[in-house]
Amino acid sequence: MAQAQLPLDTPLSLPEHPKAWKWYDYFTFNVDHKVIGIQYLVTAFIFYLIGGLMAVAMRTELATADSDFLDPNLYNAFLTNHGTIMIFLWVVPAAIGGFGNYLVPLMIGARDMAFPRLNALAFWLNPPAGALLLASFLFGGAQAGWTSYPPLSTMTATTAQSMWILAIILVGTSSILGSVNFIVTIWKMKVPSMRWNQLPLFCWAMLATSLLALVSTPVLAAGLILLLFDINFGTSFYKPDAGGNVVIYQHLFWFYSHPAVYLMILPIFGIMSEVIPVHARKPIFGYQAIAYSSLAICCVGLFVWVHHMFTSGTPPWMRMFFTISTLIVAVPTGVKIFSWVATLWGGKIRLNSAMLFAIGLMSMFVLGGLSGVTLGTAPVDIHVHDTYYVVAHFHYVLFGGSVFGLYAGIYHWFPKMTGRLLDERLGILHFVLTLIGTNLTFLPMHELGLKGMPRRVAMYDPQFEPVNLICTIGAFVLAFSIIPFLINIIWSWNKGKIAGDNPWGGLTLEWTTSSPPLIENWEVLPVVTKGPYDYGIERRQESTDEDHDEEE
Amino acid sequence: MQGTVESQGTAIAVDHAHEHPDFRVLGLLVFLISESLMFGGLFAAYLLLRGMHEQWPPEGTEVELLVPTINTLILISSSFVIHYGDVAIKKDDVRGMRKWYWITAAMGAVFLGGQVYEYLTLGYGLRTNVFANCFYVMTGFHGLHVFIGILLILGVIWRSRRPGHYNAQKHTGVAMAEIYWHFVDVIWIILFTLLYILTRF
Repeated sequence: MAQAQLPLDTPLSLPEHPKAWKWYDYFTFNVDHKVIGIQYLVTAFIFYLIGGLMAVAMRTELATADSDFLDPNLYNAFLTNHGTIMIFLWVVPAAIGGFGNYLVPLMIGARDMAFPRLNALAFWLNPPAGALLLASFLFGGAQAGWTSYPPLSTMTATTAQSMWILAIILVGTSSILGSVNFIVTIWKMKVPSMRWNQLPLFCWAMLATSLLALVSTPVLAAGLILLLFDINFGTSFYKPDAGGNVVIYQHLFWFYSHPAVYLMILPIFGIMSEVIPVHARKPIFGYQAIAYSSLAICCVGLFVWVHHMFTSGTPPWMRMFFTISTLIVAVPTGVKIFSWVATLWGGKIRLNSAMLFAIGLMSMFVLGGLSGVTLGTAPVDIHVHDTYYVVAHFHYVLFGGSVFGLYAGIYHWFPKMTGRLLDERLGILHFVLTLIGTNLTFLPMHELGLKGMPRRVAMYDPQFEPVNLICTIGAFVLAFSIIPFLINIIWSWNKGKIAGDNPWGGLTLEWTTSSPPLIENWEVLPVVTKGPYDYGIERRQESTDEDHDEEE
Repeated sequence: MQGTVESQGTAIAVDHAHEHPDFRVLGLLVFLISESLMFGGLFAAYLLLRGMHEQWPPEGTEVELLVPTINTLILISSSFVIHYGDVAIKKDDVRGMRKWYWITAAMGAVFLGGQVYEYLTLGYGLRTNVFANCFYVMTGFHGLHVFIGILLILGVIWRSRRPGHYNAQKHTGVAMAEIYWHFVDVIWIILFTLLYILTRF
C-alpha cells in the first residue's frame, strides 16, 4: 500500500519517467526518501549556522568578565535558542531525518520508506518549528535555557516560552512520525535476500534510535503540555505554592532528554560503523557486538535519566541506582569504540576527510565519554553541577561526537547524493580547523568548571577571564572552519569531480545503484549475496563488476 | 517499479506486491505505543502528585461517579459495537459495517456529551486545585482522542459510500479505525480507575 501511494504507472510509461529529481523538487512537498533526506540535511545545516552564530555571539560576550556585548536578557535568549536549535533542529534532524531517510531504504534495498507521505509530512513540521523559535525573539525570546525548568520558565517572557514549547512539540511529533516510519521500514522492507545479520550497522543503529525516540519523545510532550497549561491557563502542576511540584517536570523532561543524547549519537555510531570499514578496507570487527550494543544503549539509556537530577533532592538509593545504570551505558559504548579500533588495526587506511573526521570523532568522543563517566557518579556530579565542566563534557560528545560524525557522513556519502566528489584539500583544511577549534574551545572549559565557574551566566568572576579568552578564540576558529566546508559543498556540487557509482569500493547496497540514485532507487532490486563488510581484494573486484552490470 | 523493463515488470510487480503488504495497520500499532507513553507521562505526573498529598483529592473536591460510570459503560460497549462492524465487513456486508460504525460514532458522541455535561455540573474548574488541574487536562486530552476517533469512524463511513471501496479482502481503513477506538477505550479504563475509582479509597 505504501508503495501504491507513489505514482505507480504501468511499465509502458517508462520513457517519460524521470531518472532523477530536478533541483526545484527539493523545495516542494516530495515523497521520495532521497529528496526528503536532502531536505532534512540542508534545512538542519541552515539551523546549524544560525545556532552557531548565536554561540559565537555568546562567546564574544564571555571573552570579558563584564556584560558588555549582549544585553543579559538577549544573552539568555541566545543561550536557550542555541541549545534548542543545535539539538532539536540540527543534530537530531540531520542524523535521523537526513542520513536516516536518505540511507535506510538504499541500504536495505527498498524503493522508498514504508510511508512516503507521512515521511514528507514529518519533514515539513520542522521549518515551522524553527520559524517559531526564531520568531520568539520578537517577544523577548525564551530565556529559561533549553531545559526550561519551571519555575523560571513560568516567570520569564510567557509568549516566547509558549512558542518554544509549541516548537518542541512540533519537532517531537516529527520525530515520532519518523520513528514509526523507520521501524516499519527496517522491519518489513528489507530485500528478501537480506538476512538480519546482513543488515548494515547504520540500519541497526537507526532501528535502536527509532525505538528510543518512539518511547521517550511522547513523555516530553506530556511534560511540556502540562508546562503550557501552567504558563497560559493558570494550572499549578509545577507550582509548589499551589500543590504542584517542579521535580515532576524534571522527571518528565529528562525521561526524554537524556535518551535524546542517544538519539543524537546512535545514528552517528551507525555512520562510524559504515565509514570506518570502507576506508580501512577491512571487515568490521564484531558486527554483532556493534549491532546489539546499539540496542543495549537504547534499553539502558531509558533508565538513567535521574543522573541529571542528583542535586534535585534525589534520595541516596536513587542516586546509587542511577549512578550504576549510568555507568553501565559506558559498556556498550566502549564495545563500539573497541570494535572500531580493532577494525582500524592493520587496515589499509585511506586518510581522506571522511576517515579523518571518523578518527577525530573517536578521540573526541573518548574524552567526552570519560568526563561523562565522572559526571555520572553522584559525588563528582554534585561538586561540578551546573558548572562549565558539564558544558565541556556535553560539547565534547555533541560537537566532538555528533557533529564530527555528521561531517564524516557528509564526506562519505556526498558522492552518492550528488554524483560528485568533494575536494579533499578543502576537506582536510576543514578537519584541521575543526579539530583545533573544538579542543581550543572546549578543553579549557573542564578547568573552568572544576574551579567553579557556573554555566548560563553572561558575567563571571574576573579570575576566569584568561581561560575564557582562549575558549572564545577557539569558538572563532570553529566558526571559520565552516567556510572551507561551505565553499567545498557549493563548488563540488556544481563542478566537482564525477564520482562514479562506487568511489570508495563500499559493499553496502547503496553503492550498487547509480550516483545520484534514480527515482525508486534501482531498475531491478538488488540481491544480497554477501555481507555488508566482507572487504577483501577479490570481493571488491566482484562488487565493481556488479556495479557495471547495474548501470547498463 | 517504473524503471523495470517490461519483460521483468510483471514478475517484479507480483513479487513486489508479495513483499510489500499493507503496512498501515502495523504503522498505527507502532504509533499507538508512542501515544500510550504520552498518556503514561500524564499518569506518572498524576501519581507523583497524588503521592505527595496526604488528602487526595483535596478537601472540597467531590468526585462525581454516576455520570462517568454511565459514560464508561457506553464507551466500553462501543468497543463491542465497532467490532461487529469489522465482522460485517469481513463478510462483505458494507451496509452492516456502516450501521455498526454509525452506532459507534453516536455512542462516542454521547460519551463526549456526557463529559461536557459533567464539566458543566462539577463544582470545580480547571484552576481549583492540583487535582482539578489533572482531572481536566487528562480527561480533556482523552476527550480529544475520542473526538479524533469519531472523525476516523466518520471518515470510514464517508469512504464506504464508494462501491467496492471496502470489501472482505480490502478493509484496512475499517480495521485501523477499530484499533484506534479500542486504544481510546483502554486508555479510558486506566483513566477512570485513576481519576474516579481510586480517589474513593
